[in-house]
Amino acid sequence: MNRLKILIIFILAGVLLAGCVNKQPTEVQPPTTTVQPTTALQIVTLNGAGATFPYPLLSKWSSEYNKIKPNIQINYQSVGSGAGIKQITEKTVDFGASDAPLTENEFANLSGILQIPESIGAVVVAYNLPGIEKGVNLSGDVVANIFLGKITKWNDPKIVSLNPGIKFPEKDIIVAERSDGSGTTFVFTDYLSTVSPDWKSKVGKGKSVSWPVGLGGKGNEGVAGLLSQNPYSIGYIELAYAKLQNISYAYIKNKAGNFIEPTLETTASAAAGAVPTLPAGDASWSSVSIVDAAGDNSYPIGSFTYFLVYKDQTDQTKGKILAEYLWWAVHDGQKYSSDLLYVPLPNNDISLNEKTIRLMNYNGQPLI
Amino acid sequence: MDREHLSFFRISRSKISGDFIFEVVVGFFALSILILAFLLFRELFVESGLSRNIFGLGFLTSSTWDPVKEVFGALPFIFGTLVSSFLALLIAVPFSLGIAIYLSELAPEKLRTPLSFIIELLASIPSVIIGLWGIFILAPFIRDYLAPPLSTYLGFLPLFQGPMYGPSMLTGGVILAIMIIPITSSVSREVIMTVPTHQREAALALGATGWETTQIAVLPYARSGIFGAVILGFGRAIGETMAVTMVIGNSQKISESLFSPSNTMASVIANQFSEATSNLHVSSLIEIGFLLLMISIIINIAARILVWKLLRVESGGRA
Repeated sequence: MNRLKILIIFILAGVLLAGCVNKQPTEVQPPTTTVQPTTALQIVTLNGAGATFPYPLLSKWSSEYNKIKPNIQINYQSVGSGAGIKQITEKTVDFGASDAPLTENEFANLSGILQIPESIGAVVVAYNLPGIEKGVNLSGDVVANIFLGKITKWNDPKIVSLNPGIKFPEKDIIVAERSDGSGTTFVFTDYLSTVSPDWKSKVGKGKSVSWPVGLGGKGNEGVAGLLSQNPYSIGYIELAYAKLQNISYAYIKNKAGNFIEPTLETTASAAAGAVPTLPAGDASWSSVSIVDAAGDNSYPIGSFTYFLVYKDQTDQTKGKILAEYLWWAVHDGQKYSSDLLYVPLPNNDISLNEKTIRLMNYNGQPLI
Repeated sequence: MDREHLSFFRISRSKISGDFIFEVVVGFFALSILILAFLLFRELFVESGLSRNIFGLGFLTSSTWDPVKEVFGALPFIFGTLVSSFLALLIAVPFSLGIAIYLSELAPEKLRTPLSFIIELLASIPSVIIGLWGIFILAPFIRDYLAPPLSTYLGFLPLFQGPMYGPSMLTGGVILAIMIIPITSSVSREVIMTVPTHQREAALALGATGWETTQIAVLPYARSGIFGAVILGFGRAIGETMAVTMVIGNSQKISESLFSPSNTMASVIANQFSEATSNLHVSSLIEIGFLLLMISIIINIAARILVWKLLRVESGGRA
């Protein structure tokens, strides 16, 4: 009697155990396509996952595309670039999105992946200086030294010499940074690594880095909160967030030596200058960067944000729909960018994207 | 074997009853929790293998956490978790005890129910809300009103030196204290309420005052239970993630000043896990999760042992 009870309990428990342990995706089949043969139009759902930065743009695209093609639904979950890369690696989504290009390692793990720039983001160096609302000029070297903890006062000669008309207070600089892993941090540290050898050797670039000084806030809102509560602070946030929240930001000295205000146009100009150097869509993009780009009017702290899709699609219908959607996003979709404070892709990049999307195929047949 | 097996089932078929089913079902529920805990443990252990292989015990003692160069050491986070939690206890325990004693011994009948209800309500506020309040109200308040006197009068201690910007170890400790007061005080109150009335009556009969009664008749009796309540609070403090992340400043420097920003094990996982792409980074974060689990197991076991010892002394001394 007692043994039987225990036996049954163990069998039930064993079933539970098996259910929990078996994490092998038995069949690589995203729960996506719902085919309803009785209706004239098949409802097709594409699933995507990845970066949080392009989420507002991607959800706008989903709803606009759904208006054009009512039978197609595009779900995008903004779970973070890291999780997006994991999900596209395991093929549990149809497309991924990332703020940073895949590293050599990630690229090697994802054979046949295409990286398609979908939009461009810029990062601003924001500050809270009572009485100095606008127009502080900074150079990459000075910003790097502030974040390295080498420049600690606002009236440091290096800052003063860049801003002849402004009287700076003799106050300690409070540095604010992102504590969570993010594409924003990647772009910002990519820039600092490019312009400052010191930064490159001591800190380097990444989505999370080991900050020499400062306070960490979670998300753009966390950094903005630190800035607003601490006079004489400096930090970095996304351009769109800074514009929407009316946060003061610095003009940054670019490669040509001009101090450039971060705007959609100046960021687009940086991207356009970088396009001729971009690799093919199916090659590794790990070294791609548009920070400190050439051009008189190029804002130096920006980055592409990418779609990640497989070149060889395993489902003809869905592959075709995905290719068509991407095609639409990089062409017609771009007109929604500016309203949402995203930088539209420059024309030369759109032609590169066309080539990349044409690589998508089902059993060797191009899908578009 | 075979026959035994058969008879096994024959007996059972004749004896299946509601009681039997009930026992099996309930037993299954109980066991499934054990299995779940085991699976959790196993998963954390296996997934942290890469990091354990590469860093070994150095993971516990190294204070470098550099995702770019892929060098990981958890010391700043272990330090931050333990210090912020102890700080929280230091603040929360006197408050909780006071609340518990007042509610169970002194408060007028009319006040008891509403007050304890409100305190328990505090425990149900989502931690992200407490964190927001921490950012906007508590951190500036501590920076402007609590830190200046501390550094003026106690500034000779390294604990209260250096600049204070708001988010800091101190703020993290205070917010944790606020979050554990409800659980510590309501459990302590329950425990004190279980002290038999004759204990109090005996003390009062001997001529003890109200405070003396509490001191000699109530608190010793409830000691182990109160200790358990404190450990419950401590357990909540070391595992708390969201609110602490929002106010502790997230810096991985070990500083002796409570005014400096710090970081905890739970917050570094919350901060970095979603964007961690390299295997070693993920594995190191999982190892921190594993360590956090170990720390709470050790603390709970230590607390159990302490409670047993106290109980033994109690019964030995007084019986």
